[in-house]
Amino acid sequence: MIEQNLLLILVTLPFLGALVAASLPVNAHNAAAAVSGLVLAGGLAILAALHPAIAEGQVLRAGLDWVPSLGLGLDIRLDGFSWLFVTLVAAIGGLVVIYARYYLSKSDPVPRFYSFLMAFTGAMMGMLLSGNILLLVVFWELTSILSFLLVGYWHQTPAARDGARTALVVTAAGGLCLLAAMLLLGRIAGSYDLDRVLASGDLIRAHGAYPLVLGLFLLGAFTKSAQVPFHFWLPGAMAAPTPVSAYLHSATMVKAGVFLLVRFTPALGGTELWFYAVTGIGMLTLIVGSIVALFRHDLKGLLAYSTISHLGLITALAGIGSSGAILAAIFHIANHAVFKASLFMAAGIIDHESGTRDMRRLSGLMRLMPVTGTLAIVAAAAMAGGPLLNGFLSKEMFFAEAVDWHNGTWLDDMLPYLATFASVFSVAYSLRFIATVFFGPPPVDLPKVPHEPQPWMRRPVELLVAVCLVVGILPGLTLGPTLNLAARSVMGPDTPYTSIAIWHGINAPLVMSMVALALGILLYALLGSRIAAGPEGPPLLHRIRAQKVYERLLLRLSWTWPRRIYRIVGTERLQPQLRLMVLLALGAATAVMWGHLAPVERARATPVSVSFALMWAVGVACAVGAAWQAKYHRFAALVLLGGAGLVTCLTFVWFSAPDLAVTQLLVEIVTTALLLLGLRWLPKRREEIAADKLLPARLRRGRDFIIAGVSGAGLAALAYVVMTRPLIPNIGDWFLRNAYHEGGGTNVVNVILVDFRAFDTFGEITVLAVVGLTVYALLRRFRPASESASIPDEQRGEEAEALQDYMFVPSVIMQWMFPALIVMSAYLFFRGHDLPGGGFSAGVTLAIAFLLQYLATNVRWIEMRLTVLPIRWMGAGLLVAGGTGMGAWLFGYPFLTAHARYVELPLVGKVPAATALLFDLGVYALVMGATVLMLIAIAHQTLRSARLREQDAEEKETERKETP
Amino acid sequence: MEIVLSLAIGILAASGIWLLLRPRTFQVIVGLCLLSYSVNLFIFAMGRLTLAQPPIMPKGGFIDPALYADPLPQALVLTAIVISFATTALFLVVMMASRGVTGTDHVDGKESEE
Repeated sequence: MIEQNLLLILVTLPFLGALVAASLPVNAHNAAAAVSGLVLAGGLAILAALHPAIAEGQVLRAGLDWVPSLGLGLDIRLDGFSWLFVTLVAAIGGLVVIYARYYLSKSDPVPRFYSFLMAFTGAMMGMLLSGNILLLVVFWELTSILSFLLVGYWHQTPAARDGARTALVVTAAGGLCLLAAMLLLGRIAGSYDLDRVLASGDLIRAHGAYPLVLGLFLLGAFTKSAQVPFHFWLPGAMAAPTPVSAYLHSATMVKAGVFLLVRFTPALGGTELWFYAVTGIGMLTLIVGSIVALFRHDLKGLLAYSTISHLGLITALAGIGSSGAILAAIFHIANHAVFKASLFMAAGIIDHESGTRDMRRLSGLMRLMPVTGTLAIVAAAAMAGGPLLNGFLSKEMFFAEAVDWHNGTWLDDMLPYLATFASVFSVAYSLRFIATVFFGPPPVDLPKVPHEPQPWMRRPVELLVAVCLVVGILPGLTLGPTLNLAARSVMGPDTPYTSIAIWHGINAPLVMSMVALALGILLYALLGSRIAAGPEGPPLLHRIRAQKVYERLLLRLSWTWPRRIYRIVGTERLQPQLRLMVLLALGAATAVMWGHLAPVERARATPVSVSFALMWAVGVACAVGAAWQAKYHRFAALVLLGGAGLVTCLTFVWFSAPDLAVTQLLVEIVTTALLLLGLRWLPKRREEIAADKLLPARLRRGRDFIIAGVSGAGLAALAYVVMTRPLIPNIGDWFLRNAYHEGGGTNVVNVILVDFRAFDTFGEITVLAVVGLTVYALLRRFRPASESASIPDEQRGEEAEALQDYMFVPSVIMQWMFPALIVMSAYLFFRGHDLPGGGFSAGVTLAIAFLLQYLATNVRWIEMRLTVLPIRWMGAGLLVAGGTGMGAWLFGYPFLTAHARYVELPLVGKVPAATALLFDLGVYALVMGATVLMLIAIAHQTLRSARLREQDAEEKETERKETP
Repeated sequence: MEIVLSLAIGILAASGIWLLLRPRTFQVIVGLCLLSYSVNLFIFAMGRLTLAQPPIMPKGGFIDPALYADPLPQALVLTAIVISFATTALFLVVMMASRGVTGTDHVDGKESEE
């Protein structure tokens, strides 16, 4: 049990560290580094505590269910291989944290750096420890995203932004392929559990989809591990701060791909296809990487290509897939992480202290920074595969595997020659790094005078180089058992124990090493001076850049092609879009309903009433009239629209929906008033447009007429068929049965709104508030059209006086109606729970009361006498409604649980006292506030345009005075 | 009655859709209003037509749901009425602002070339 908890802590600890680091102040250099360091130290302590169990060959598991229905669980699984890898991640992470503390400058925002770094560590550990292949993909993609953030840490520079984006696009696209592969694998194996998948290797290899699965899987692994032709993101990612490069691009993230290759060898490996694809690409990457590395002038560029080539080596070993090769792959993963991290850190020190990373400018640094120089030389020798160093041992094992007979294909036969060829270049670029940077004449004209760095900046490098030496000299005592354990947990318990020794006698691998060493030295001696003068890349080949191909492709995909497609099929015009939407809806409805709209035999029928039919004859005439007149006679159309609305309202009354009728009637009033206010700002009615009479316009109208007619007929048919079917019992019955007992009200519609489905209502009033505020905000910035800004004819001269006279009586009546309407609104509100009414209708009624005051007089008159604060009403309403909902929490119920009871009041009698009433009060205030806000905002436009007119007049006046 | 109401729904919808496809903002706003009437009636009619049986119960006691109109479509339509009011108001203001900014009441903010 303790072990399970320790495992879960191990995975969550870095994420907690990230949260803590993120919350520190911007300049908390020491605190952020200390938090990160402690987190990683804690991780290492847990790993040490778990080691005894792992050493016995146990597999530790812990898990939480996440989405069991999808087979997705938070399963954590630790075995020998992942133990080694996680330890590597945590240990190098700790060193990187120390290094970064001295590397980052005072002005860098450190909490961001450390929180990303910790989150990345967590994602990496999660990926390594996932016991579920879907969870693995989740963490895999998380590492891609965090690497994007880390590479782009100095986002001020375009190189960092481009590098981060390229890395993200390539690795995340690979991650998507990996997801597809994992889904297929899970489908084939019947489970997403890692152990089950690894155990069903035979099933997977025999399956027809094996080539597809393998292709997708390898795309994921190769993009992450920077294999040719996806390698180009890695040099671009060198724009990252050096601690990030040392961590992500040597030890951890790029190793995720090869980790996956090794881990899934039992499930996917062992076929000829696997060998050709994995070993082939690995060897290609090894050779290309080592050749390009020799010709790079940038220190970090050299190291980046060297990393690519070493990743190719590990990939090739994974492709060979024998137990010795797997052991060698794991060994080289660890060795490369150690020497490459130290080299990146050394390169960072050189950059930090001298101000440049260009090898053509650096030279003779051995005299100025002897300690760093010695460390870098040892690490570079390990990189070249020099004897007595860790790189030598795993390289020898690689050579031995290359020489061994595996399957007799041409690639297998070629392996020794290819390996030696690549190794020649590997020796040459390591030599170039040492010779140009540390030897030769003293440097001239460097941005800074180089000197030894702060001792603590060098400590991590010292430690890593010490590891190189210790492992290189005493391999059997130090890493031997752990490596065998790791290989055994990958390949199964029957794997033979391989003892690692420095001296095997004079054999083929040793001869290959010596040949490579001699040829490498010769190569550098011959070419050294020419390389420095040449371009950044190998001769001839530097013109072929995968980066360029990628950029061109990205440009096509994200810019050229979309635009071309848009030009062909896109439109900015609203009418075709709406037409398309209507046609789509029509098509979809037809496709679904076709053949199912048969009338039933025992149709439900309400007796036809002549007056109802007559009423709708008027309603339909109004609707068609509104459609006909809306272009040239807006006012008439508005009146006709109101007519259709009234008939709708009467229909609600007719068919037992009093609540709807009340609300519809009130909303109808407000909508008409709003539209009337808006009419003033539209352009004057145009003369008949000549083009309207032409054939194209007639054709357009004819087409739209048909679309509208067909849609209407379809809707009518659908409505008829549904209405005549018998009503099956539904949830409406439940509401009817329980409204009184559970909701404490007899008006079921209102109880549904404020009690049973109060959450929906809460959302809805929020929408109303948002709309109110949007209207207010839009109108604050809105300038009325200049031609509408002048006083309308009706308000000028004699006509205006006449208007004043005959509006006098209605205006007085409207003012007197104010108190009456307030009482009416209160009445509607209080009866709402039991009888038709409620917060909505009451709120709109109150809004109408205000509206009438504005109509009766004018904006200035009314606002001198009455303070209306609609935004406060809205805020208060939302708070009351939300507060009522949260009140339920106090009693341990979920949000918006209502309580209802009837209270006996003296004199008044039995009254309902439900918390829902309080909620309804919130609705009431909000609806009133929002409606009034919209009305007032529109009404104020008249005031503003009057002010604008005055300003214009003043300006003209002053101009006239200035120019006599 | 069913036939009358379904015809009414159809004609309201047809007028609304026809206006929706017109080029002037005012036509579109009127069209949206007509369409919302039609859709509200349609949703309401999904609870079937019942005469003189509003879903308002006597106080207390067990009741027979068959004696009352279906309250659920009514609650939905009540919400829809308020929301369509809000969208109409928003559209009206956008219409005014667009007219102020572009100087035309065409839905695309410029007169069409067609």
